[in-house]
Amino acid sequence: MNLDFSDDQKFLQGEARKFLEKEECLRRARHVLEQKDGCDNELWKKIVDMGWTGINIPEQYDGLGLSHLELCVVAEQLGRCLAPVPFASSVYLFTEALVKHADEQVKQDLLPKLVTGDCVGTLAVTEQLHAPNADNISVTVSEDKITGRKIAVPDADIATHCVVVCKGNNGIELHLVDLSQNCEITAVDTIDDSRGHFSINFTNAHSQRLGEVGEGWNLLQQLLNQAAVLISFEQIGGAQAALDMANAYAQQRYAFGRAIGSYQGIKHKLADMYIKLTLAKSNSYYAAWALSTDSSELPLAAATARVSATEAFNFCAQENIQTHGGNGYTWEYDCHLFYRRAKLLSVTIGSLANWQEKLVKELENLHCDHVS
Amino acid sequence: MDFNDTPQEAEFRAKCRRWLENNAERTSNLDTSGQQNRYGDKYLDQARAWQKKKFNAGWAMLHWPEAYGGLGASAIERIIWQQEESQFAVPRGIYEIGLGMAGPVMMQYATEEQKARYLPPMAAGEEIWCQLFSEPSAGSDVAGLRSRAERDGDHWIINGQKVWTSGAHFCDYGIIVVRHDANVDKHAGMTFFFIDMKSPGIDVRPIKQITGGASFNEVYFNDVRVPDSQRLGAVGDGWRVAITTLMNERLAVGDANGVDVEEALSWAREQDNHGKSLLDNGAVRQQIAQWYCQASGLRNTKLRTMSALSKGETPGPEASITKIVSANKLQALGNFGIDSLDMAGMLVTDNSEIHGFHNAWLGAAGLRIAGGTDEILRNIIAERVLGLPQDARADKGVAFKNIPSGA
Repeated sequence: MNLDFSDDQKFLQGEARKFLEKEECLRRARHVLEQKDGCDNELWKKIVDMGWTGINIPEQYDGLGLSHLELCVVAEQLGRCLAPVPFASSVYLFTEALVKHADEQVKQDLLPKLVTGDCVGTLAVTEQLHAPNADNISVTVSEDKITGRKIAVPDADIATHCVVVCKGNNGIELHLVDLSQNCEITAVDTIDDSRGHFSINFTNAHSQRLGEVGEGWNLLQQLLNQAAVLISFEQIGGAQAALDMANAYAQQRYAFGRAIGSYQGIKHKLADMYIKLTLAKSNSYYAAWALSTDSSELPLAAATARVSATEAFNFCAQENIQTHGGNGYTWEYDCHLFYRRAKLLSVTIGSLANWQEKLVKELENLHCDHVS
Repeated sequence: MDFNDTPQEAEFRAKCRRWLENNAERTSNLDTSGQQNRYGDKYLDQARAWQKKKFNAGWAMLHWPEAYGGLGASAIERIIWQQEESQFAVPRGIYEIGLGMAGPVMMQYATEEQKARYLPPMAAGEEIWCQLFSEPSAGSDVAGLRSRAERDGDHWIINGQKVWTSGAHFCDYGIIVVRHDANVDKHAGMTFFFIDMKSPGIDVRPIKQITGGASFNEVYFNDVRVPDSQRLGAVGDGWRVAITTLMNERLAVGDANGVDVEEALSWAREQDNHGKSLLDNGAVRQQIAQWYCQASGLRNTKLRTMSALSKGETPGPEASITKIVSANKLQALGNFGIDSLDMAGMLVTDNSEIHGFHNAWLGAAGLRIAGGTDEILRNIIAERVLGLPQDARADKGVAFKNIPSGA
């Protein structure tokens, strides 16, 4: 029985944490938020130099060829300090899409560049102010040319490439697009400007299909299942940081002659934060195992981790503000950075309701198999 | 990461399973007719026989030293045994408190002679033990207890009342904490003993629970004489000794058993909801997702704890969330089952699925209190895990007799 990370993985986790603390990651996140820089290029370069963008790239393409477990421990630390970098877009989504579905030539061309940072990727799904689904995607692809508009695409300014979810003659397809041509990229405002988001207008942009014709929506779901596990680690990292912040404040802030952390009203709130975080963490560990072993349990494990981690981070972030009282509502305190990021992450690869539904569908399938 | 036993663990598991296959049944032939109220005599006999059988083979308290009938097993081996035993239909509920709470306290505080006398028959199930801490005016605040012990030569005389004592009516011995001095600080005035439950002056009366059953008792003490040699720890050390025991109780109480996600899902699937399955209802689906996340979170938390034990490490505090989460989930599941029947939900019927929801609904109300209320458990997480300061207290630095009691 070993539902834990190895000593090497824990070492990597510790190093990641030290590095990000030394780089004052949280201060950088605030800077990006205030300046609307989209991302912190300097920090991103350093992260590339650390080799983290190559963790899930096979050695034959100059990557580190490590497992997803290494990616999980790094994700937790990036989440903890709200790193303002395109790691999730480029590593969890774009790189995974190429490794899984690109042809050999594309892999040889782009994977080494993802390691060196010469290529940065993202994923474009959303088009309108409603939930995207297989029936309402209207960006079209015809003879490998993409036309239409995507909104809320993360990191499109720093990205060199994008995987676009689009509608072909035979259903949804995933296409790889070089963003340097026939793409008009415009910054958009979001609830968390510490992570840059953009709209992209494609006008006959050259593209190349990933995966089989008509399989696009399924491939997208698989990609999202994988990313859900990694993002759940960012969420538990963020939730832990919010809990730690609330805890420190509750011990240092006095009211009515004693530390507010001595009141049960605050104690029970923080205990509830700990309970939700612990459930989420344990579910994320299990999902990490399912991801790293390519288990058939991944869809259920990923949805479980995603739902628990979303609830934990949202709760910890909102109750951290509450614990801080009026100070928590000021721009100056960092509480709102966590509140914003928690909400951003809770919709970025699909809403809580969406993932709850996926979870129950998986349970129904399991139950049917069991009965028949 | 993997979910495999180490080679030694696998070997140990196989050994447990072999013995269980040869000595226990997978399907129940237990006489549970008496359980709604008190364990029936026949069930007690079956429990005694099973305990004795385990003891003779060393399994009864396998983590105890061999001198007291154990196998000197490690923590992970103990869990493996429990996992294997849980797959068989064997009697439960009689020995858990004695072995889980009285056992460790006797092991730590009794004399060598007493351990040799009392521990083997405790493990063998020949003598059953109970725990006498709570009192009518001392529940969550156990240290507020008022039962008195007065010294009389080499004996003590105990007067007062204990409450919520599981199994007191069939137990042979009990561990008890009482107040020997009300003129000093609350926590300094207590002393701990083990007593013979058949002593003159002890009167055991059942408490009728909201389920209609009566698994607990009130125990009255009227000039009960206890030899000083049965004192555990020094005079005035009673609270420290009791805390050791309470920590063991919190480990022993653990999961709230009963209906779970799977039952709720198959139930909802079969229920008609305006011509559709109730499982198509969005609110129901959302609840099921939430319960599954909790159930799965607890299961995986347990696996993390086991992983630490398997590596010979001390587990983190994560298991402290188990009871609070599982008891609340059980209550929600019970409510769901009853509500799902709409106007018919009030009926008590023979349907075993509905019965399961009713049991969950009534039982969970007690499980949220037993072994530490939700509120006390949140305090424990806040103070011991998160390091928050203690609440302001009106009972510190005051002689016990001067503490406000509301009486």
